[in-house]
Amino acid sequence: MQWPHKLVRAATFACLFVLLVVLSTAALMVATEAGEGAGGHWSGERIAVLLVLTLTFSVVACWTVARAYARHVNAPLRMAEDLAAMTAHSGLRLSDPATEELRALAQAANHLLAARDALESDVAERVREARASLEQERSRLAALMADLSQSVVVCNLDGRVLLYNQRAKQALSPGADGSNAELLGLGRSIYRVFDRALIEHALERLQPVAGDEARGDGRQGIGSAQFVTATRAGRLLRAHMSPVLGGDGQPGALVGDLSVTGFVLVLEDVTQTNERHARRDELIQSLIEGGRGPLGSLRAAAEMLSDFSDMAPRQRDRFLGVIRDEAGALSTQFEKAAAAFSNDLRERWLLEEILGVELLAVAARRIGEQRRGEHRPLAVKTENVDDSLWLRVDSFGLLQALRYLALRLQDEYEVRDVRLSLQRHGHLAQLDLYWVGTFMNNEAAMSWLQDPMSIDGESSPLSVVDVIERCNGEIWFQRERVSHRAFFRTMLPAGEAPKDLPRAIIPAADGERPEFYDFDIFRWSAGSHELDDRPLAELSYTVFDTETTGLQPSAGDEIIQIGATRIVNRRLLRHECFDQLIDPRRPLSQQSVKVHGITRDLLAGQPVITVVLPTFHAFCADTVMVGHNAAFDMRFLQLKERQSGVRFDHPVLDTLLLSAVLHPNQSTHRLEAIAERLGVSVFGRHTALGDAMVTGEVFLKMLPLLAEMGITTLRQAREASERTYHARLKY
Amino acid sequence: MSKKILIADDEQNIVISIEFLLRREGFEVLVAGNGEEALAIVRAERPDLVLLDVMMPKMNGFDVCQALRADPELSATRILMLTAKGRDTEVSKGLGLGADGYMTKPFSTKELLAEVRKLLET
Repeated sequence: MQWPHKLVRAATFACLFVLLVVLSTAALMVATEAGEGAGGHWSGERIAVLLVLTLTFSVVACWTVARAYARHVNAPLRMAEDLAAMTAHSGLRLSDPATEELRALAQAANHLLAARDALESDVAERVREARASLEQERSRLAALMADLSQSVVVCNLDGRVLLYNQRAKQALSPGADGSNAELLGLGRSIYRVFDRALIEHALERLQPVAGDEARGDGRQGIGSAQFVTATRAGRLLRAHMSPVLGGDGQPGALVGDLSVTGFVLVLEDVTQTNERHARRDELIQSLIEGGRGPLGSLRAAAEMLSDFSDMAPRQRDRFLGVIRDEAGALSTQFEKAAAAFSNDLRERWLLEEILGVELLAVAARRIGEQRRGEHRPLAVKTENVDDSLWLRVDSFGLLQALRYLALRLQDEYEVRDVRLSLQRHGHLAQLDLYWVGTFMNNEAAMSWLQDPMSIDGESSPLSVVDVIERCNGEIWFQRERVSHRAFFRTMLPAGEAPKDLPRAIIPAADGERPEFYDFDIFRWSAGSHELDDRPLAELSYTVFDTETTGLQPSAGDEIIQIGATRIVNRRLLRHECFDQLIDPRRPLSQQSVKVHGITRDLLAGQPVITVVLPTFHAFCADTVMVGHNAAFDMRFLQLKERQSGVRFDHPVLDTLLLSAVLHPNQSTHRLEAIAERLGVSVFGRHTALGDAMVTGEVFLKMLPLLAEMGITTLRQAREASERTYHARLKY
Repeated sequence: MSKKILIADDEQNIVISIEFLLRREGFEVLVAGNGEEALAIVRAERPDLVLLDVMMPKMNGFDVCQALRADPELSATRILMLTAKGRDTEVSKGLGLGADGYMTKPFSTKELLAEVRKLLET
């Protein structure tokens, strides 16, 4: 109800009340007079006086009510409104109200406001301090990492790179030929650099380690794992993997009681060290093994000559001949060993110490995994396992070999369950994969050992024998007639427990903050590859632009420049760029030169499109491509698919269409116009990279605006774009 | 009757000495230059002992050993493996496949003779 109405009603009630009082007084007077004088007389004068009195009272009453209303109802309401405004903005105070009571109230409220303002500025100050210290911490980390002689890469469990240093980038760059397809980048997958199975194998081997009591540190931790692998450029890297432990509430894989949310890889280039070792090994090996035969013959012949001095001269000549021959052969052998330094014999670098029990447990799990297709998982048991036995093996290869043999038994001989055992034999370890009943002949077994391994479509160039030889072991197939058992038996040199196990990573105690690991990116999950339903804000983008010889791709116009940058976690990465000129192998039109300023001279000696596109394709991997009028650029890329051998089938978003979604009533959606509308400053336009940068900035500004329209996923953005596209086509 | 011994080795120079030695000791000696030949001679001649070199053309010593042990009729044939590699794993493979003894080159001819006698007595 409106305030004036209330006022009217209050006044009316007041008047009626006064009227009632006057009338009852009049009635009382009439009754008294009637009692005093018989018959009674009405006096007109008295009535007139009464009426005047009534009216006067009414007016006075109304005025009083109105005054009271203004002072006691309206003023507090006004104050309430003022207060509401003041709670939203700091620094404002209530002015002095008219009445004593309200003044007291205003004073109290002003006190509260002042206290609130103080608190606010205090909080702001703390936030500033915290931010500054975080910034300092980060720059310290950056300085530290830049200084390290080792490469460091930090990834989350999906293998997305969260952090890396310059050395890592150098170590993992594909080659010195200048065609730098950046393999390593924030948010990119480490599996583009390392074999996924290799990393997963190392992750599996991160084991809980009890805290060191001697160090007074009883907390549980997780040990680290090591592996050696080759990069695409042919370098050998030894990788040391440590887990990143998650705080509460962060989902991760459980190892023991601890939650692992990612891992740190420290990489060391061991190419040279290993080459040196391998060469020395080979020399020794060739001298020992190659020398045995000739020495054997020499010794036997010499012993014959001395033991049987009565032999016939012809016989004696034969033995002397043997001695001359073999001594000559041995000399040649020696020369060859000394000369043949570079021929690599055995890749010892792959070998690492691993506890036998651990290896068997992983093998059993691997073999018993559910397979694709209708295969039932194979039942695997481990029996007779010597748990003190360490092996020195290429555990990745060995596991692959065991799994391959077991699954082939299942596929070809319908073996339902297999067993694994590991026993010590002097200084050898005997690893058996065996089964009962099903007959298998020697020839089949032999060929299995020598065939390149292949399981469920994944194949390896190595055979089981290759792997076992790498481990300096022997493998053979054997049957026990009595027990109806058949087995693949592997003899391996037993290893020793490594003495200098790297220190386990211990989780931070309560209240202690784990250093550096608080990046939001850890919460990412790339588990789902259905990008469509992923929030736009969470996706990685490649923002790109091209310059071309002309505007008609189908008429033979070619790309002469590609520029691109990436958006990860809503941040434009200005330093992870792709910027490449391309020789179009055709003349440039004068018109186009006016637009981009790229002349014939600049393009001489640049790579051709079929060389550049695979590199660019690698740069775009796992991202959504964003361009302004992207359809134009995509058309150029797609026309080259057959020649370059790469398909650009990434999801694509177009800032032109998105602009039309956001501002359907604007007449122009040129990049400059959009940039101006969204407050993005434009510089360096009409170079592909410059335009890509502007497009990226524009796209970032669009994301919150799209969200306001309820467009938050890739699917929604694409559908909205499609609708405007069709709408635009109608014009 | 003198015992029959087959020497299976492609290294002519060691065969000369072993053959000479064993003949002097009164054994009947047969020689095979590769694995397949060795297997054929064992089947035809039934020697009491085979001196089997691991590294041989056509069929290596392990394969010959396995083939011999797979044939129940030849179970009485003793097998002494000779190797020029001498890795422990290789030795245990030979024994695992059914060889009765193992010698690594260069061996002393006296030890060889002792080993041969031991295997033929049992």
